[in-house]
Amino acid sequence: MACLLEAPLRISVLSEVTATSRHYVDRLFHPDPQKVLQGVIDMKNAVIGNNKQKANLIVLGAVPRLLYLLQQGLSSSELKTEVLGSELRTEVLGSELRTEVLGSELRTEGAVVLRTEVLGSELRTEGVVVLGSELRTECVVLLGSELRTEGAVVLRTECVVVLGSLAMGTENNIKSLVDCHIIPALLQGLVCPDLIFIEACLRCLRTVFISPVTPVQLLYTDPTVIPHLMSLLSRSPRTQDYITQIFSHCCKTPEHQTVLFNHGAIQNIAPMLISLSYKVRMQALKCFSVLAYENTQVSMTLVNVLVDGDLLSQVFVRMLQRDLPIEMQLTAAKCLTYMCRAGAIRTDDRCIVLKTLPCLVRMCSKERLLEERVEGAETLAYLMEPDVELQRIASVTDHLVAMLADYFKYPSSVSAITDIKRLDHDLKHAHELRQAAFKLYASLGSNDEDIRKKITETENMMDRIVSGLSESSIKVRLAAVRCLHSLSRSVQQLRTSFHDHAVWKPLMKLLQNAPDEVLVMASSTLCNLLLEFSPSKEPILESGVVELLCSLTQSDSPALRVNGIWALMNMAFQADQKVKGEIVRALGTEQLFRLLSDPDTNVLMKTLGLLRNLLSTRPHIDQIMSSHGKQIMQAVTLILEGEHSIEVKEQTLCILANIADGNTAKELIMTNDDILQKIKYYMGHSNAKLQLAATFCISNLIWNEEGSEADAMTGCQERQDKLRELGFVDILHKLTQALDPNLCERAKTAMQHYLA
Amino acid sequence: MTIGYFSTTASFRIISMISNLNNAAPKMAELGAGSMLLGDPAFNYQEHELNERLKRLYPAVNEEETPLPRSWSPKDKYSYIGLSQNNLRVHYKGHGKNHKDAASVRATHPIPAACGIYYFEVKIVSKGRDGYMGIGLSAQGVNMNRLPGWDKHSYGYHGDDGHSFCSSGTGQPYGPTFTTGDVIGCCVNLINNTCFYTKNGISLGVAFTDLPPNLYPTVGLQTPGEIVDANFGQQPFVFDIEDYMSEWRAKIHGMIARFPIGERLGEWQAVLQNMVSTYLVHHGYCATATAFARATETLIQEDQTSIKNRQRIQKLVLAGRVGEAIEATQQLYPGLLEHNSNLLFMLKCRQFVEMVNGTDSEVRCFSVRSPKSQDSYPGSPSLSPRHGATNPHLHSAGADSPTCSNGVTPPNKNKSHNKYPGVSSASSSSSSSPSSVNYSESNSTDSTKSQPHSGTSNQETRCVARQGFLLNLTWVLCSDSEMEIEAEHYTNGVAENSSTRIMNGTYKHQEILQAEDDSCASRQLCGGNQAATERMIQFGRELQGLNEQLCREYGKNATHKKMLQDAFSLLAYSDPWNCPVGQQLDPMQRENICSALNSAILESQNLPKQPPLMLAVGQATECVQLMARVRSGSCSFARVDSFLH
Repeated sequence: MACLLEAPLRISVLSEVTATSRHYVDRLFHPDPQKVLQGVIDMKNAVIGNNKQKANLIVLGAVPRLLYLLQQGLSSSELKTEVLGSELRTEVLGSELRTEVLGSELRTEGAVVLRTEVLGSELRTEGVVVLGSELRTECVVLLGSELRTEGAVVLRTECVVVLGSLAMGTENNIKSLVDCHIIPALLQGLVCPDLIFIEACLRCLRTVFISPVTPVQLLYTDPTVIPHLMSLLSRSPRTQDYITQIFSHCCKTPEHQTVLFNHGAIQNIAPMLISLSYKVRMQALKCFSVLAYENTQVSMTLVNVLVDGDLLSQVFVRMLQRDLPIEMQLTAAKCLTYMCRAGAIRTDDRCIVLKTLPCLVRMCSKERLLEERVEGAETLAYLMEPDVELQRIASVTDHLVAMLADYFKYPSSVSAITDIKRLDHDLKHAHELRQAAFKLYASLGSNDEDIRKKITETENMMDRIVSGLSESSIKVRLAAVRCLHSLSRSVQQLRTSFHDHAVWKPLMKLLQNAPDEVLVMASSTLCNLLLEFSPSKEPILESGVVELLCSLTQSDSPALRVNGIWALMNMAFQADQKVKGEIVRALGTEQLFRLLSDPDTNVLMKTLGLLRNLLSTRPHIDQIMSSHGKQIMQAVTLILEGEHSIEVKEQTLCILANIADGNTAKELIMTNDDILQKIKYYMGHSNAKLQLAATFCISNLIWNEEGSEADAMTGCQERQDKLRELGFVDILHKLTQALDPNLCERAKTAMQHYLA
Repeated sequence: MTIGYFSTTASFRIISMISNLNNAAPKMAELGAGSMLLGDPAFNYQEHELNERLKRLYPAVNEEETPLPRSWSPKDKYSYIGLSQNNLRVHYKGHGKNHKDAASVRATHPIPAACGIYYFEVKIVSKGRDGYMGIGLSAQGVNMNRLPGWDKHSYGYHGDDGHSFCSSGTGQPYGPTFTTGDVIGCCVNLINNTCFYTKNGISLGVAFTDLPPNLYPTVGLQTPGEIVDANFGQQPFVFDIEDYMSEWRAKIHGMIARFPIGERLGEWQAVLQNMVSTYLVHHGYCATATAFARATETLIQEDQTSIKNRQRIQKLVLAGRVGEAIEATQQLYPGLLEHNSNLLFMLKCRQFVEMVNGTDSEVRCFSVRSPKSQDSYPGSPSLSPRHGATNPHLHSAGADSPTCSNGVTPPNKNKSHNKYPGVSSASSSSSSSPSSVNYSESNSTDSTKSQPHSGTSNQETRCVARQGFLLNLTWVLCSDSEMEIEAEHYTNGVAENSSTRIMNGTYKHQEILQAEDDSCASRQLCGGNQAATERMIQFGRELQGLNEQLCREYGKNATHKKMLQDAFSLLAYSDPWNCPVGQQLDPMQRENICSALNSAILESQNLPKQPPLMLAVGQATECVQLMARVRSGSCSFARVDSFLH
C-alpha cells in the first residue's frame, strides 16, 4: 500500500504538524471499542473542511485502519451472530448455515472472524457466518442482538463518514484512498442491510468516483456491482442521487453504456425523472444524457419509455421550461439532442424545432454563465450538424450568428481592469468559448450559402478564424479549421473573403506540423482552396504545396490519403504543363500506381480523377503517355479486369477515352488488342454509363478531324479499318438503336465519322 | 404598530378597486352571453376561447380601465384597408403603385402595461403582388397612410426584405423575409420596454428597445392582394408565449425573494409576529393566539375573556342562530347594538333569513329535534381561514370581493352554483336528524308515524300562511316604493366588511353547516313547522316595524329597504332555496354580517376593526394596481395572490 510506505518519510518532515493528528490515529487502535468509536467521531469533526488535517491523517495511516475497522464491523454484523446454546446452534445450523464451530472460537469458511470487542463489551460471543440475508436477519432477531448490530453499524458508518470526508479533500487524498483499495471495501459494504450505512458508503463512493483521478474501470471489475447498485436505487432518494451520480461519471465508453443498459438502467432510472426531489430528477436526467450520447440502442429505447403515462421525450420537453433551473434545461436539451442524432426523434419534430433548438440558442446568450454558453453552443452544433433545415432555423433564431461573436470577447477589456478574479475566470474559459463558437459556426455554415455569407459578414469573422488557426490551444485550432472548411464550401467566399484575408497562409502553416485530426480538416479545406476558380490557388502552388500533398498520400490514414490525392486532383484540373509535370514528378509513378490499388475506393476514385485531369488537352496527353504510357496502360487494364464498382470502371474508361484523344497516345490503344477487346466488351455492357464511356473512347479513336494533315488522315483510315475488322462498326450500328438518348447520339456521331 | 397604520380612506379605495376588478368578470361573461344570441356557435366558441386565453395570459389587466386589443379598429385605419371576419382579417384595396399607397390599421386598444408581456400573431394569408407587408406597433395618431416603422413612434418588421424599421424610413437587417403561409408574432415586453418578433414559432431576437408606452398592434400593407389574419388570442399561438412569460415570472419572483433586507432582519421579524398575532386575535382563535404569543414572547392587547366572547358570538352567527347572537351581544356589550342601529337592522334581517332557513333558535325551538346544533359546535377554537377550494361559494354570492386576497380567479359561475347543493344533499342523506329525514320521506308509505306535523293539512296551513304573508309583503313593497332612494355612508361600511370577511372563512364552519344541512335539505320553510312559520311572520312584522322606526329616526335608507325586500322576497317562491333571491339562504352569506359584528365589537373596545395583516394585503394589492397605472410592466408578475398560499 503506497500510502503506508510513504508515511515514515513524510512524518519526519511534518513531525510538528502531525503531533496532534497522531493522537487521532492512535485512538483508533484503542482496545476499548467505545473509545475507538469516540475516536472516529472526534476524527470526523476534526477533518470537516480542513484539507491539511485530512492530508495529515492520510499520511499517518488512518485510512487502512479505518478500512480495517469498517471491514471488521461489516463482517461482524452482517455475517455473524452469536450462538448462545447448543439448541439454538442446531437450529441455526439446520437452516443452511455453513459454519464450523471449533471450541469457543468460531471459524468460518472463507470468512472473517468476529472480534467482539469491537462491538461492545457486553457481547462476548462467537460469530457464525450466515449466508443469505433472510437467514441472517432471522438470527439477529432470534438472539436479540439488535444492540450489537447497532453498535457495529454506528462504528462502521462513522468510519465511512470519515473516509468520505477525506475524499472531499484534494485529488491527492483521493489517490491515496484509491491506493488503499477503498473502492472494493465500500462496494462490499453495500451488501449490508442498514440504509444509513449504505448511504454513507454510496456518498463516499460518489465522491471518489466523480474525481478525475479515479479509474472508472474500478466500477466494472466486479460484475455483481452494477446489478446490486440497480437494486439499491429503490431504497431512498439519497441512494438514487448518489448512484446516478456514480453512473453519470463512470459511463465513458460505449461499452459502459451497454453494461448499464443491459442491467436495466433505463427502466430503473426513468421513474426518478418525476421524483419529488429536484436533486434526484437532475441526476437522473444527467445519467440519461450520458447514456444516450451517440448510442442508438439507448436512444431508441428511450423514446418508447413511459413515465407516469407520459413519453420520456415529453418529460424532457417539460424540463426545457424556461422557469426551471438552467442546468435542468440544458441537460434535458442534451438528452433530446442525443436522441435526435441517434435517429430516435425526427429532426423536424416539434420538440426539436420549437423546443430543443430554441432552448440551446438561449443557452448561448450573454445572460448565461460561460460554462453554460460553451455547452449550449457545442450541443447546438452537434444537433444541427446533419440537417440543413435546422441550420436555417438556428441562423435566424435570436440573432444567434451575432450572439456568437460575443464569444470572442473574453477576457474583455473591462474585466482586465476591474476585477482580477473575473479576469482569471474569463481567461480560463476564453479558449473553450472560442472553440465552441467556431464549432457552432462550422455547423451553421456547412450547407447553406446564405448562412455562410451571414457568418463571414459578422464583425471581424475572417480575422478571428485566421488568428484561431494559429492559437496555442489545439482545440481552438481544430475548431477554427473546421469553421474555415465549412465556409470554404462557398464559391463566393473562396473568391472573396478567403482571398482577401489570405487564409491559405495560416492554413499552410497549420499543415506543416499538426496532429492527424487537424490535418484532415486542414487538408480538406485546402482541397477547396485549390479549386480552379479559387484565387488562392496560385499563391498556394507557389508555396510548394505539392510535396506536402504527396506526403499526405502516403499517410496511414485513409482520410488523409483521400484529401492529399483530392487536392492534387483539383490542382491538376486545367493546370498548365509545368504544374502537371511537377505533380507527376513529386508523386512518382510508383506511388501513383500504389494509390491505384488502394483499398479505399475514395482514394482510387480520386487517383483516377487525378489521372484524368493530367491526361487532358492533347499535347499533355501525348507527353505524359510517351513517358508513362506503359505503366498507365497496365494500370488501366488491371482495374478493368479487377472487381470494382461501376463508378471506378467508368472513370477508368474515361481515362482511356482521354488517351484515345491524344495524337500519338492513340496508338497505345490501337496496338493493344486486349484493351480493344475490353472496350468492345463494355460497349455491350448492361450499364449505360459504361457503354457511353466505352463508346466515347471508340469515337475518339475513329475521329476524323477536318482539315488535319494528310498523314493523320491516313492514320485515321487505318484505325477505322482495324476497328471495322474487330467488329466495332456492328456494335456502333446496334447502339444507334439504343434507348439511352446520349448513347444513341454518341454512336450516331461516331458512325458519321466513319462514313466521312 | 407600523403596518397597522393605514388610513381609512386608503382602505376604502382598495376595496372599491377590488370590487371594480371583480365586477369586470361578470360583465365580460355577459358580453359573451350577449353574442350568443347572434347564433354563430363557432364565433361564440372563439369569443369564449379568447376571453379565457386573455384572462390566463394577462391576469393583472383590469379591462375596465385598460381594455385589451381584441380586433382591428374599423375607425383607426387608412381607407385602402379593408376589414372582414370580425375585424380580424385585413386586406389591401388600394392601387399599390408606390409607397405613397401604403396603408395601415391599428388595433382597437393600446397594449396595457399591466400585461407585463404582450403578444399577438399575424398570419400571412396572401403576400399579394409584392408582399410589402409590415407588422408592428404604433402610437395613437401616427399617420395611417404609411407602413408601420416609417414614422416617429412607429415600429415594424417588413416581409419583403426582413428588415426592422424603428421610426425611420430606412430599415436595419433584422430577420428572414416572410411570405404567404408564414405566421409572424410580435411580443412586447413592458418590463424592459423591448420588442421581438417570431416567425413560425421561432423567436427572431430583440428588434426594438426603449419603446414608448401605449402602443397599438399595427399592420400595414402596400400592394394589391395582400391579406393577413390577426390572432389576438382567439386561437392558440404558434410561439410558446407562456413559456417566455414563465421565465420572466421566475425572474421577478426571484428579485422579490432575494430583495435584501440586510440589518433590518430583527425588525421585520417583530412586525411579522405582530401581524400574525393580531390576526389570530381578531378572528378569535384564542388558544392559537395564546400559544403563538407564548412562543414568540409577544403580548396580546385584548384580554382572554373578550376574545372568547367574540368567538362565541361569531360562532352563533355562523351557525345561523342570529337571534342568540343578538342576545349575547346585548348582554356582553350593552349599548353596542343600540348605538349601531344599522348593524342591528342587518342582524335582524339576517335573523329573518335564518328563520326562513329554519336555523334560527326562535323557529328551531318549535322543531322536535334536539338542540343538536349546540353539540355540533367544535369545542376548540374554530373559524380558521378558508382558502381555495371553498372559495367558489363566495364567488357565487356575486357582490363580494374575495379574489384579490384569496388568490383564486373567479371560476365559472355554473360550476360554483352546482357544487354546493351537491354537497349538501349528499350529507343530508346520511343525516341523523329525525324530523327532517322523515319529513323528506313524507310521500312514502310508512313515513308519518314519528312526525306529528307532517301531512297535507300542515302543508295547506303553510300555504295559507304564506299567502297571508305575501299580502303583507305586497303592502310593504308598495309603501316602500314611495320612499326616495337616498345614498348613505352605510354602503361603505358594508363593502368594507365584505372584504374583511375574506379571511374569515372557516372550514369548521362547514362542518357545522353540513351537520345542519338536514334542515336545508328537506327544504321546508322554517323547518316545516307551522308554529315556527307563524313566529317568522310575526318577526317579519316586527322587522318591518323596526325599519319604519329607523326611517323616522334617521330618514329613509335605500340599503335597508333593499335588504328587507330581498329577505321578504324569499317568501314569494314555493322553493326559496331555488329562487332568484335564494342566494341569501346560503350559509356563506352569514360571514358578511359575522365580520361586521366582530368589527363593531372590536371598535367598541377601541381595538382596530381590521387585522393589520388584511391591511397589508390590501396595501400590497393596491401597490400592484398602482404599478399598472404608472406603466410598470413587472406588476403582471408580482401579483399578491401568487404569494398567498
